[in-house]
Amino acid sequence: MADARLEAIARHCRVQIIRMLTHAGSGHPGGSLSVIDILTALYFGRLRYDAKRPDWPDRDRVVLSKGHTVPALYAVMARAGFFPESQLVTLRKLGSPLQGHPDRSALPGIEAATGSLGQGLSISLGLALGLKLGASRARVYCILGDGETQEGQVWEAAMAGPKLGQPDRPLDNLCVILDYNKIQLDNFVAKIMDLEPVVAKWQAFGWPVLEIDGHDMDHINKALDQAEATRGTPTFIVAHTVKGKGVSFMENDPEWHGKAPKPAEAIRAIREILGVGEAAWDDYLKADPTTRAIVDELAALEKK
Amino acid sequence: MAAKASRVAFGEALLELGARDERIVTVDADLSKSTMTAKFAKTYPGRAFNVGIAESNMIGIGAGLALAGRIPFVCSFACFVVGRFETIRISVAYTNANVKIVGTHAGIAIGEDGYSQMGIEDIACIRALPNIPVIQPADELETRQAIAYAVEHQGPLYLRLTRQSLEPVCPPDYRFQLGRWLVLRPGHDVTLIGTGGPMFNCLEAAKLLQADAISAEVIDAACIKPLDEELLLGSAGKTGHVVTVEDHTLHGGLGGAVAEVLSDVMPTPLKRIGVQGFGESGDPKGLYAKHGLDPAGIAAGVKKFLGR
Repeated sequence: MADARLEAIARHCRVQIIRMLTHAGSGHPGGSLSVIDILTALYFGRLRYDAKRPDWPDRDRVVLSKGHTVPALYAVMARAGFFPESQLVTLRKLGSPLQGHPDRSALPGIEAATGSLGQGLSISLGLALGLKLGASRARVYCILGDGETQEGQVWEAAMAGPKLGQPDRPLDNLCVILDYNKIQLDNFVAKIMDLEPVVAKWQAFGWPVLEIDGHDMDHINKALDQAEATRGTPTFIVAHTVKGKGVSFMENDPEWHGKAPKPAEAIRAIREILGVGEAAWDDYLKADPTTRAIVDELAALEKK
Repeated sequence: MAAKASRVAFGEALLELGARDERIVTVDADLSKSTMTAKFAKTYPGRAFNVGIAESNMIGIGAGLALAGRIPFVCSFACFVVGRFETIRISVAYTNANVKIVGTHAGIAIGEDGYSQMGIEDIACIRALPNIPVIQPADELETRQAIAYAVEHQGPLYLRLTRQSLEPVCPPDYRFQLGRWLVLRPGHDVTLIGTGGPMFNCLEAAKLLQADAISAEVIDAACIKPLDEELLLGSAGKTGHVVTVEDHTLHGGLGGAVAEVLSDVMPTPLKRIGVQGFGESGDPKGLYAKHGLDPAGIAAGVKKFLGR
């Protein structure tokens, strides 16, 4: 069953990702587009938070361990009201709280500094344990990149996750989601240092593992339901995703791991994300002033 | 007070503080019998976590616990915990997580175990990070004071503790303050600044120097970052000669910190006494003598520096 509301928000956020990266002139589109459906499902269907009170102690936490895809997080946070969407174009600019990688001190709502890969799961374990010690009902969601699980610290944390807090305070308030888009900076993950068998590895470390299509809102929601209903252990979700999802020329291409689109490429990407044919594009923009403004802004960048 | 290792004083202080503040938790990496948190773990089993031999994970879990409102002490040998520098750098310092990082077995004074177990570069590493005070107490009283301060301090902090027993050096009414040093013995010919392990030896060296008619002002630098600029400049201005003494590499430790301030503000002749090269196995006293950290070595270093 499709969730039209979440899918519309995800499309909106994809457009914002392309917009901010193009304004920044650098950043990581591929992994931002692969993780955005997961983040959308979390922020608009799952998490308990108050964007006006980002330090509310009982809020649910998201730790984006794959910090380089923070444009996706900024897009959902802006849409959720943590800061105005107009601020998205300050990404990576001097003085902006929208740092190239997450900075907790700079932007309320960011739970931990990440981007030095492999550290987010340990932080999430500590958060989940600390919330339990404080008798909070808040949940923790940790999003791992696939390439980053080549880091040794991830496996220290993998070993600890199902054991920590047992038996009185098992970390069943923690759900870890692997954004398995199969591509890392240098090349396909399988060509650099293959992770397979991924499911068996995490199972062997004691985690219940769910496998889903990370772009199917129904799949994502069901897995999140199941994780939330699980008692006595944290849950691990392997989300199969497509790097660059939604933009034909970015999909499954390692070149788009860490390269911002040029304005003309960005406009084409936005058209594809919105599912509009080339012939219908001008008419579409006449009927959609918001997208029109974004496209005009990008076209103006081209002229600079 | 009798001589006591600062790691032992730490374990005792934490036990007492833990009774008053249930936010205090410990995270260890299979060295709790050595870092002296084992008693805390036995007394408060629900608040002590041992993650096995996985220091990066220990530090990261500490960061998460802090972000959820706990006050975690993450503990290992100084070399092992600071060796996971990148995790400290991002998960603790940049995240500004309220983690108390405890590095025990500081310096060559651990002796026989040899270099791989000796934390002698940790001050330099942590000092390079914004956001983390570096504290090294020199006796039991100062350790208890520093631990109590660490609990109150909002933000990350690094505590450097010794395996070996430390003779008392601070007066009974001493109160630790961040960024404040303590004059243990006034003098006017040379400023002798020590920290941690060799602090007592500095006082002994001052006695030897007195016999040679050299008046050394001995200062206990428990706080290496931020250091006590006012006291340093006042003393250096008076004596005109500064000597630093530390059980740490000569590069980037107390001596480096003092050199930075003096050269920026008031260039003053400075002699740094500390560990040269790698450490090695041996008896602690012999090692201190080899590196000039025993009373005779410190006194000789001062005299040579003063040209006396």
